[in-house]
This record gives sequence, C-alpha cells and structure tokens, in this order.
Amino acid sequence: MSSAAPLAVRRDPQHGYLGGVCAGFAARVGIDPLLIRIGFIAAVALGGVAIPLYAIAWVLIPSDSPERPAFQRLLTRQDTWLVAAGMGCLTAAGLLLLRTWDVWFVNDRFLWPLVIAATGGALIWRQSQTAPERVAQRARLPRQTVNRATAGAALVVGGALIFLYANDALAPARDVVVPVLVILVAVAIILAPWWIRLVRGLADERAARIRSQERAEVAAHLHDSVLQTLALVQKRADDPREVAALARRQERELRAWLNNSRPSGEETLASALEAAAAEVEGDHHVPIEVVTVGDRPLDDRSAALVAAAREALVNASKFAGPEPISLYVEATEERVEVFVRDRGPGFDVEEVPTDRRGVRDSIVGRMERHGGHATVHSTPGYGTEVELVIE
Amino acid sequence: MTTVVIVDDHSLFRAGVRAELDGLVDVIGDAATVEDAVKCVVELEPDVVLLDVHMPGGGGLEVLRQVAEKRPAQRFLALSVSDAPEDVIAIIRAGARGYVTKTISGEELADAVRRISDGDAVFSPRLAGFVLDAFAAGAAPVEVDEELEQLTTREREVLRHIARGYLYKEIAARLNISTKTVEAHVSAVLRKLQLSSRHELSRWAVQRRLVD
Repeated sequence: MSSAAPLAVRRDPQHGYLGGVCAGFAARVGIDPLLIRIGFIAAVALGGVAIPLYAIAWVLIPSDSPERPAFQRLLTRQDTWLVAAGMGCLTAAGLLLLRTWDVWFVNDRFLWPLVIAATGGALIWRQSQTAPERVAQRARLPRQTVNRATAGAALVVGGALIFLYANDALAPARDVVVPVLVILVAVAIILAPWWIRLVRGLADERAARIRSQERAEVAAHLHDSVLQTLALVQKRADDPREVAALARRQERELRAWLNNSRPSGEETLASALEAAAAEVEGDHHVPIEVVTVGDRPLDDRSAALVAAAREALVNASKFAGPEPISLYVEATEERVEVFVRDRGPGFDVEEVPTDRRGVRDSIVGRMERHGGHATVHSTPGYGTEVELVIE
Repeated sequence: MTTVVIVDDHSLFRAGVRAELDGLVDVIGDAATVEDAVKCVVELEPDVVLLDVHMPGGGGLEVLRQVAEKRPAQRFLALSVSDAPEDVIAIIRAGARGYVTKTISGEELADAVRRISDGDAVFSPRLAGFVLDAFAAGAAPVEVDEELEQLTTREREVLRHIARGYLYKEIAARLNISTKTVEAHVSAVLRKLQLSSRHELSRWAVQRRLVD
C-alpha cells in the first residue's frame, strides 16, 4: 500500500440488503460480502447479539452512497410522528419475533420499555437528521420542533425508567434520589437571591449600555453636523449670504433628525419634495418654506411630479430675489397638488419671453407625459405661482 | 402703540426681538422664567405677550395656564424655534391666538402682534398646513357639535392660501373678499381648533404622539 492512511469503513447500501454494513466491511477487508453475511447470520443464530451490533453499525458508520430507497423514504418523510410510531411498531414486531424464538435477552421486562424508548429515539433522530432544506423550513416552526424533541426525550427517559423499575433497579435509586432532591432544593433556596440579583444586574447594565450608546450616537451626530457647521460659520463670517445658507441647511437637517418622523429608507412624496427643496436651497441660497399636508408613497408619477417641482423651484430661485419661496404640497389618495410660489417680479404669462419657454416646457411637458398638468400663474409685480396636479 | 411683553429664557434672543421691534411696537417688559412671566404680565397688563414654547419649569403652556386664571382676556402670540406639530397644536389649544417661528422678520412680527392685539388670529404657513392636515377630509364626524368639527370650504380655501405663502390682503384680492373677511375666517378656524373634539383631530394627535 502506498498510502499509510487506513481506509475508513463505509457502508455500501447499493450493494447491501439492509443498510450495507456487511457489504461495507467486505469492501474494506477485500473479501466477498457473502462470507461476512454468513458469519453475521451465524452470530444471530448463536445468541442474537449481532442484531443490536448491526443496528449500531448502521447508525454510526457513514454511508458512501445514497440509502436504499425504502430507508431514504423513511428518513425524509415529513410526518415525523408517523415515522416514530412505525419505528415503535417495528421494534415491537422484531422483539416479539425474537421472543418466540426464545433468544436469551428478550423477555417482557425488557420488551416494552425498549419499544417506548425506540419510539422516542426515532422522534429525536428524525428531528436532528432532517435534510437541510427541511431544517430551514422547520426553522419557522421552532415550537413544534422543540415539542417533538421534548416528547421524544420523555419517551426515551420513560422507557429507561420503566426498564429499571421492572428490573427492580430503582429501589436503591430511591434512597439516593430523595436526599439529592432535598439538597438540590436547599441549594436553590440559598442561591436564588444571588441569581435574581445577577439577572437584575444584567438588565440594569443593559439599560445603561443602551443609554450610553444613545448618548454616543447623539454626540456623534452633533459632532458631524452642528459642530462642523459652526466651524464653517466662523470661517465664513465675512460672507453673510453663505453663513445664512449654512445655518439654514443645518437647521433643516437638525429638525429632520429631531423629528425623525419618517422611517429612513422608505421614501415618500413629502420627504422627496423636502429633499429636493433642501438641495435647491443649498445650490441657489434662496430660502424655501416647505408645507406638506398628507403624504403618499413615491411612485413613477409622483417622482415625475417631484422632478417638475424641483425644476420649478430652481426657476423660482433664479427670479425670486431674497424673499422666501413657498412650496405647498397637498396629497390625498386620488389627487396631489403642488404649488411653488415666489415673490419675484412676476411676468405676463401671455407674453412669455423665449428664454423661459424651455423651462416651462420641461415642467408642463413632463407633467403631461405622466398624466398630470401644470399651470403657471403670474402677474407683473405679484410674483409667480406654478401649480402642478396629478389625479 | 401696542404694548408687548417678551417671555423667553434666552437673553440673547429677548434682546434681539427687542431691537427688531423697536419703534414698531412698545416693548414694556420681558421675563426669563415662568414665575417672572406670570408676575410681569399680571402687573404690566400688556396688549400682547410674545411667548416662547420651550422654557424650563413647564414652558409656555404653564405661563398660559397661570395667567389665564388671573387675566383670562390676555392675548398670547407663541414664538418658537420648534415647528413640531405637537408643540404648535398644544399651545394653540391652550389659548394662544397665533404661532410664528423665530425666523420671522421684525416687520412681519410687529404686524402679527398688531393683528393679535386687534383680536385676530395669526397663522404661519406651517400652522395652516398642520390645521389642514388635522381637519383632513375624512369620515363625516358624529360628534354633537357638527359646526365645530369641520372646516367650511371657504375656511379651507383661506388656509390653503396661507400655506401657499399668500398674505391676508393677497388672499382677499384672489378670493374677492375683504381683508376683514379673511381675518374672520382665520379666527373661526382658530376657535374650531381650540374647541373641536373632532375625532380626526384626536386621531391625528395620537399619530404624532401628542398627549393632550
């Protein structure tokens, strides 16, 4: 042999009759499996010890090929309880058969506890052996899973206890168990206060940690935003326009953070318009007062509305002068209205100068493409108002 | 000239407002705490109190409550940096006749003070938006006093114009009514806002964590 590594024993269900244990050993040793099988049957006939040994080998030795279809079905069936019951019946049948053959270790004191334990064992094993994708499914039903495992464990322990009781093994145990229980209760009473204090202490510590985390978060935010802006304000103190714009942007951001009214990530019409207004304000240094009534989720059409409103705000910023621009949004289920109003010089809508035509078209055209409409109201000396509607 | 008392815990801000209002209205006193404010207002009997919403010791709400016991007719204009709906609605329902934010210009503030002194209400665009939101068209109210529970079409129209940034006289021109009529509509809305037990209003308040 070139390799020193020993060849591991693998079951070979494809070439075996039951679990492929004999075939696997035969392959490992390099003889005909028939010889091993003859030896196995002889061992069964001589006292039956080979049967539990075979079962243990079946469970413990991994298989190198898929299980035979019958066992495969048994392992992957969904109805765990049925499988467990079946396993119990199988065990009972096998043991009864062995009893009629008068195999040495089978008698009534032994049989029924073993049946119960086998059923419970089947439950537990089914639970732990389920295919990965099933486990993922089961993860959604943790309570059921736990219930089955608990029932299985109870059956196994119950079976073991019945066996011990039936074999009079519990009589001395009783003398041991009672003092142990009494001592356990005493210890529990002594330790309970410490335990409770420990749990409470953990809860307190957790609350304190959350508080300090929150404080750290607030500090981090103020550092990033407010202190930064204050530093900028000091640097640009000679430029009142810039300082006013900085202060306003910071105010808007801080308000949004304090109110925290909308969950981040979920963009709505109102938040999108507020963001657009903040952006335009940052670019053009003209204050924009945003008032929103109602809200709705942002879809294609309202996104087009936001784009048109942004266009209108930019336009207003160029002509409005220093007076604030008003952006008013009223959104209901079936209708959204947006008004952008500036207090600039205004103009006669009938005599639109050609250079403003493009902007108007981009607003009006965009709204009409998305099934809405836009109207521009303006009177010389009274400012301009752009009205955007989708219904 | 209209007499005014300024109540605000920031001395810098009090001084700033004093300077801005100089010559436009007569500032006869100021106070920095709830206690001082109550004493000062009861003593000086100003036409209008400019009231900060957030102050230590109960804030503007506490001043409103204590002054109302001694001088029920006192008129208040709330002036605050906060534009959170719960602050605005709470101070209006407690009896303030108007609400403006501290970014308002001196001239506009003086104008608002004079209007309050005349018994009118002053709604900033944002307050108008909150009220429209609160009285949003919904299920018909089933409460006893139907008149209080809904805005009329005209009141709604006036509020929408305020929210869009129009001045009272511009609204009057657009709607073909007199400025006095616009003021009457706004006062009517203020009354409804203060007295309404409208289901929608309370639901709206709860949504915004407002404890009334």
